[in-house]
Amino acid sequence: MTLAAATGEKYAADFKALTELRPVSDWVSKLRQSGWDHFDSIGFPTARRGNELWKYTNLAALDQGQFGFQFDESDAVEPDVLRERAPWSDDWSTLVFIDGRYSESLSQVSSGDGVQVRNLSDVANSESLRTNLGTHAAVDENAFSALNTAFLVDGGFVQIADNREDTSPIHFLFVTTPGGSWAIYPRTLVVSGINSRSTVIESYISLGDEGGFTAPVAEYVLNSGAGIEHYRVLVENEETFHIGTTRVYQLDNSTFTSTSFALGPKIGRNDVHVLLDAPGAECTLNGLYLTTGDQHMDNHISTTHAKPHGTSHQFYKGVLSGNSRAVFSGRVLVEKDAQKTQAFQKDLNLVLSHGAEIDTKPSLEIYADDVQCAHGATAGHTDSEALFYMQARGIDEVTAQAMLMRGFASEITDMIRVDGLQDYVHGVVEEVIPRLQAAAD
Amino acid sequence: MLQVTDLHASVVDADEEILKGLSLSIGAGEVHAIMGPNGSGKSTFANVLLGRPDYVVNSGVVTFEDEDILELFPDQRALRGMFLAFQYPAEIPGVRPWQFLKAALDARREYAGEKPLSVRDFSKLFDDKVEAVGIDPDLVKRSLNEGFSGGEKKRNEMLQLEMLEPRLAILDETDSGLDVDALRIVAEGVNSLRSPDRSFLIVTHYQRLLNYIKPDVVHILVDGRIVETGGPELAMTVENSGYEQYIKAAVAD
Repeated sequence: MTLAAATGEKYAADFKALTELRPVSDWVSKLRQSGWDHFDSIGFPTARRGNELWKYTNLAALDQGQFGFQFDESDAVEPDVLRERAPWSDDWSTLVFIDGRYSESLSQVSSGDGVQVRNLSDVANSESLRTNLGTHAAVDENAFSALNTAFLVDGGFVQIADNREDTSPIHFLFVTTPGGSWAIYPRTLVVSGINSRSTVIESYISLGDEGGFTAPVAEYVLNSGAGIEHYRVLVENEETFHIGTTRVYQLDNSTFTSTSFALGPKIGRNDVHVLLDAPGAECTLNGLYLTTGDQHMDNHISTTHAKPHGTSHQFYKGVLSGNSRAVFSGRVLVEKDAQKTQAFQKDLNLVLSHGAEIDTKPSLEIYADDVQCAHGATAGHTDSEALFYMQARGIDEVTAQAMLMRGFASEITDMIRVDGLQDYVHGVVEEVIPRLQAAAD
Repeated sequence: MLQVTDLHASVVDADEEILKGLSLSIGAGEVHAIMGPNGSGKSTFANVLLGRPDYVVNSGVVTFEDEDILELFPDQRALRGMFLAFQYPAEIPGVRPWQFLKAALDARREYAGEKPLSVRDFSKLFDDKVEAVGIDPDLVKRSLNEGFSGGEKKRNEMLQLEMLEPRLAILDETDSGLDVDALRIVAEGVNSLRSPDRSFLIVTHYQRLLNYIKPDVVHILVDGRIVETGGPELAMTVENSGYEQYIKAAVAD
């Protein structure tokens, strides 16, 4: 038990209030209870010696925070504000969650092309939901998965029919509003049918400056031959704790391609695990993280090859400035049966200040003997050769450095194939570049 | 146009000087060549002229169009019309040649009090020059210099030279690693840009490039100093008898 007493009481009181609030299906109630029991027994992880999983990320400050559950459903956000501050397109199906709670009025869902997009609590009787929810991100996965499950109320559920063609992206938008410091538990589950295609965006956006606690859990299930193009956009404020858990389960010949963008919150963790559980599955995880000030961003990425002929890529890039810190701990596990696996890992960092620190730890753990794997990591300052080259053409140092940063980031942002989303991310990168430069040495 | 007087320079934090009192003068419209053996300070000189931060100037004066430039940043020197074609152009990941040149040309026009070219006008100019220099149009869609061969990098330097139209172009061993075709393209580029108000300083180890670009003045640089200055025939002398006599003479000093 590592919870500060007052923090523990706060979560316990909220959980109790939630269970008394309204009746839910028996299985949901049981699932929640198991989440709570698990969280209650382990508390938040600590960065103590010997705890490899949390070696670099200290959550002591989170333990002191008093973040409560938002019991009220709210739609007190102007649609125009969402369009301006969050990734948005009227062509997408978007489920909007305000401070963790579903907003039907702000959501905009088009259905009928082989896809069902619903708020979790509206489909509690769905067999698919019941089978998959909490199966891939189990409550004993980590404290945050447990806590998220304890507070399971709203969330995004997507069921994609077999052979569905990708017509338009599905977007889960989780925003926090000014004036509150909530603990929010975004939950998403996407189950994709055989040979289906879909694009799914998760975005986490702060509209205010108050600190909060965001603990999302996302589960993706890919049936045979299914393809999901996934994006995860984290643009929360510098006072927020964001500890995300993503679990992906892939069957044969399925393809999961994910690009994540993280603008460092106070403490951020992006914990992703992909299980390639049948032959011929392919998974690509790309990410860009930008940190400055005292931000901390931890990418905890792991891929397990359980069966043969799988391919996986992990490609992350970071730009760090100020006194910020980032972690890349990437793991690829190739099990004994996973012959003919190809796995590649790369983490490249641009470190702009002496106060910034990157801990990068790509690792391959291989138990099969016929595999092709490679990994690498770099951390460097702005390339002085490149800078001089550009200056010698008349481009001033600040502009040249910004171009280099933009160029560095573009290797990841160019992989975003949804136009409206790419524009949004480019816009955020442009806004952040001067801040990164201001905190550079 | 360029006046260099008793220039002394060394690598930052190193004691030993590389340039040990270099002086030369280039008039408007002139083409000068600096030849010298490896390690004589040729590339250092070319880079010091543009203000590369790896070098420190210990003493001496450099004026460009009568302005002392040694306190200016590299970009300020470039905006005044100086250009360095690099021996080893840097690779710039994620920056396309188009973007790069647009930024460079915009900066230049702004400095000159002109409006930036519209995207359309710039694109046309860019496409024309790409064709003229003989660069594979697919190449300029990639990141600048990344994965370019040696020859492609040098052609790309010529593209930039033609786009930016400097007053003084310094070519730092542009001929190294080029085949005859590429060499000819470089030479044609330079020759087509020759004009009464544009000067060139060609830094080279070999006389080869000077078969295509006829210099007005040839300097021999040995051990950080100009030891001999003459006409184009001086390049032939070096070609035939090497640098040995100059090195011996410099050591005897």
